[in-house]
Amino acid sequence: MRYLPHTNEDIASMLQAVGVKDLDALFSTVPEDCRLNGDLDLPGPLSEWELNHHMETLSSMMAVGPEYKVYIGAGSYEHFIPASVSYLLGRSEFVTSYTPYQPEMSQGTLQAIYEYQTLITRLLGMEVATASHYDGATALAESLLMAIRSTKRTKVAVSSLIHPLYRRVVRTYFEPTGYEVLELPYLKEGVTDLAGLKEINDLAAVAIQSPNFFGCIEELQETAQEAHDKGALFVVSFTEAIAYGLLKNPGGQGADIVCGEGQSLGIPRAFGGPGLGILASKKKFMRSLPGRLVGQTKDLDGKRGFVLTLATREQHIRREKATSNICTNNSLCALAAAMYMASLGGTGMRELACLNHDKTEYLKAELMGAGFRISFERPTFNEFVVKFPPSFEDTYNRLLEKGIVAGLPLAPYYPELADHYLLCVTEIISREDMDTLVREVKS
Amino acid sequence: MKEISELILPDDLRYAEDHEWARVEGDRVRVGLDDYAQDQLGDIVFVELPQPGDTFEKGQEFATVESVKAVVECYLPVSGEIVAVNKQLEDSPELMNESSYGDGWMVEVNPKDLSEMDTLMTSTENLERLKGAE
Amino acid sequence: MKELLGTKGLLLNEPLLWEKGKKGRRGFSLPPRDVGSFPVEKELAGEGPDFPDLSEIDVVRHYTRLSQWNFGVDTGMYPLGSCTMKYNPKTNEKQAGLPGLSGGHPLLPASLSQGGLRLMFELEKHLAEITGMDATTLQPAAGAHGDLTGMLLIHAFHKSKGAQRSKIIIPDTAHGTNPASAVLCGYKPVPVSSNEKGILSVEAISQVVDEDTAGIMITNPNTLGLFEENITEIARMVHSKGGLVYCDGANLNAVMGVVKMGEIGVDVMHLNLHKTFSTPHGGGGPGSGPVCVKNHLEPFLPAPRVVEEGGRYVLSEDYPESVGKVLAFYGNFGVMVKAYSYILSMGPENLKKASQLAVLNANYVKEKLKGTLHLPYDRPCMHECVFSDKYQMTNKVATLDMAKRLMDYGFHPPTVYFPLVVHGAIMVEPTETESMEDLDQFIEAFKAVAKEAQEDPDLLYEAPRNCKVRRLDETTAARKPCLAG
Repeated sequence: MRYLPHTNEDIASMLQAVGVKDLDALFSTVPEDCRLNGDLDLPGPLSEWELNHHMETLSSMMAVGPEYKVYIGAGSYEHFIPASVSYLLGRSEFVTSYTPYQPEMSQGTLQAIYEYQTLITRLLGMEVATASHYDGATALAESLLMAIRSTKRTKVAVSSLIHPLYRRVVRTYFEPTGYEVLELPYLKEGVTDLAGLKEINDLAAVAIQSPNFFGCIEELQETAQEAHDKGALFVVSFTEAIAYGLLKNPGGQGADIVCGEGQSLGIPRAFGGPGLGILASKKKFMRSLPGRLVGQTKDLDGKRGFVLTLATREQHIRREKATSNICTNNSLCALAAAMYMASLGGTGMRELACLNHDKTEYLKAELMGAGFRISFERPTFNEFVVKFPPSFEDTYNRLLEKGIVAGLPLAPYYPELADHYLLCVTEIISREDMDTLVREVKS
Repeated sequence: MKEISELILPDDLRYAEDHEWARVEGDRVRVGLDDYAQDQLGDIVFVELPQPGDTFEKGQEFATVESVKAVVECYLPVSGEIVAVNKQLEDSPELMNESSYGDGWMVEVNPKDLSEMDTLMTSTENLERLKGAE
Repeated sequence: MKELLGTKGLLLNEPLLWEKGKKGRRGFSLPPRDVGSFPVEKELAGEGPDFPDLSEIDVVRHYTRLSQWNFGVDTGMYPLGSCTMKYNPKTNEKQAGLPGLSGGHPLLPASLSQGGLRLMFELEKHLAEITGMDATTLQPAAGAHGDLTGMLLIHAFHKSKGAQRSKIIIPDTAHGTNPASAVLCGYKPVPVSSNEKGILSVEAISQVVDEDTAGIMITNPNTLGLFEENITEIARMVHSKGGLVYCDGANLNAVMGVVKMGEIGVDVMHLNLHKTFSTPHGGGGPGSGPVCVKNHLEPFLPAPRVVEEGGRYVLSEDYPESVGKVLAFYGNFGVMVKAYSYILSMGPENLKKASQLAVLNANYVKEKLKGTLHLPYDRPCMHECVFSDKYQMTNKVATLDMAKRLMDYGFHPPTVYFPLVVHGAIMVEPTETESMEDLDQFIEAFKAVAKEAQEDPDLLYEAPRNCKVRRLDETTAARKPCLAG
């Protein structure tokens, strides 16, 4: 086996050095009744050639572009990734290193993550950002727990227009804790209904997603005011980071904690993971942040360098009193995001966001022109909800065979929204693609 | 780290099990961490203090002190109400290293029962038990 | 010793991203604009982020230079105990990059995602076979996340029995993630000490276990690199009180094909695909922390789950007792592809061989270094061995100093100051992918460092000398945090 470098002679001489007669004898401390009798029932070994063949078969059983046009976003977006980003991300000094516990040997990772933290704070208008989390959903759960720690209150209010799967993760995290999650309904315009907030006291946090699950842009400033009036922290979640290339950032509108999914920033969709959990806050909450942080410092000669810092918040030191159980971050995904943001630059980020917005508006307009109803009137970013006729399911299935996935049916997530579909357009969808879609759904 | 013989443990203070010191100043008791604790912790980087007005029983956790890679909880050596906290530690936690009995004090307490001071160790007793633990 | 591995590399200086660039440069080629402009309402639009504008070559040089300040498994031996820094096969990266596997949308209809679903279905089966368990969830994104999922399962199990319990027994050798995860589920961690042999004794457990014990978290082999020999008896005792046994599988690399955890009393365990199954650590993630369970915990696994229906694979949500979801989608699929590709490449015999050689390598290092370094538990070890700085401390040279000096010799240091039960711990896990020559070179380097500790401690205090930076001021970093530029 090419991954195992030992020759038979090596093994013999090492066994002698250790003083045991054979490889089995190395396990003398494993009691007889703990030993496995027989062999593992697994396939393989496959040669690399055979493996390639097998994996290509599996790969071919997945619907991806350019053959397929997939108009689904809902927390996972297809954006163009430049070759330079994929190439740099493949550098094995980044890929095959561990968490940078020994800073002198990992300045590459550390500086890159420090830069990532900085770019994220600039994107979101916040003061500090963590070195990353697992995904947007866990970042939201951690943010809400952080708000509970900071305010010493036990209830949170969460918009029903936060990604339904994120809310399920929050409920799972909260179930054994006894903390309460209240859901805020939505208005017919497609944004969160805050009216109920008046009735609720002792809230630790009010959490809103913007753009929300329907693609609509929420009134953040107003919600911030309502939350702060109640002494609660204002948490803003997001699934589409590109939106903030165009829209006002949440920090400027009163957010205390911003969390979300950064997969859009140069990370392939990969059937849902790994993604990039982004979590940023105002500086005053710095010591309550869960997860890793990189800070700037100097070495013995006074030269600039970077280290993991404020580690006393973390599980390996504070154990059961840590701010979170999180150990690893999603470092390589954060690195991809940093490379992607660096490649776009401020100017490119703006242009890309506008292009996404405008293409979506084009499709919206064309669908309306074709007689379909756009369900919610509030402005959207690159997703929107459209109501198709009740017979549309057949059309949807027929289109699948033609290589078109005409959005995400919303009924499984919002039973009241039968025949409503969430459509997503990014820069990789051409006008020609959209014209085809409109023609097909009409017929 | 210091040898036991190098430790400074002033005679006019009383000492608790977990290395807090206490000194009567008028009708208040001033509290901090002793030389042994600051030396063991190394560079202190952050101190989390209670609010004036908070009350604690003797032995209750009232603060945490952090070095780069360790956290210790501090327990109040006498019961009472916190009447002052050392604001300077917010920006200069190193005072707890540099002047553990002076500018590095942590809180002042309005004691419920001053006789609790007598249950604490004297400097000699503290030194003896440190020697014993070695 | 022949020529030293450590040397001065050609390391270039490189400023921060925003210290470079000029407005108007670009490193990105946008797809053409083929639609008109639809201006967004004024009050919604922001100014756009203040990012530097860089050209493609600016970006490429920046990250190439940064990468050269990093040490990875591909650079050299990385004997971090408890981290299993084995070689990350290149073919795994290629497979994960295949267009279908890297590009699939997670909410595609099942008919359009058979490849991904089948891969997950088969990987679950393979991991269950390796651990001797009955079912697997691939949803947890990392080891600590697997810990949390395991605790959620235990919590749900007791809840279903109608009587929640309050305590989780955790040995003093455990990773910090264990107690932190237990607390997230509202449990109170009850610490228990290991005995003079470095393992848990039946007596110690018998003193703390009772009807209020939800379970025990055991790392096996433990973080001292020792097999918990009393595990079956301990499991029996915990089960007799109605508790469950959670195994932290961080150290599974020692026992693949040797021990089936499901057959020695373990009810639930997590694995680290980024340790045992060769997927790269990426400078700290993404990882993947699948959780395997016995039948009685299967109903509680996170949903949805992949099921096979007549040769087709679908995602089923029909698990009313499920704990819910721990990640938005199905887990870190990209990492799963690499682990799957590793398991198929290795096959059953080579997986067992990998464990045997991992244990051989650790014992070899232990025997060769035990005169040089103090060995607190002088017993046969599993895949890692733990030394201490006791001998060197007589010269006031600590573990940290030796760790830093090893860098000048061209090695990543072992894990230091963990586990906490050994003062000044030095935890070496060579893994099976290091050859005898590489181990010999590491052993020689460590001996040379120990000699320097005796003769010229200053060399160690001032180490490292050959890295991009010298020792960093972590105190100021923590006192006056500067977390963004």
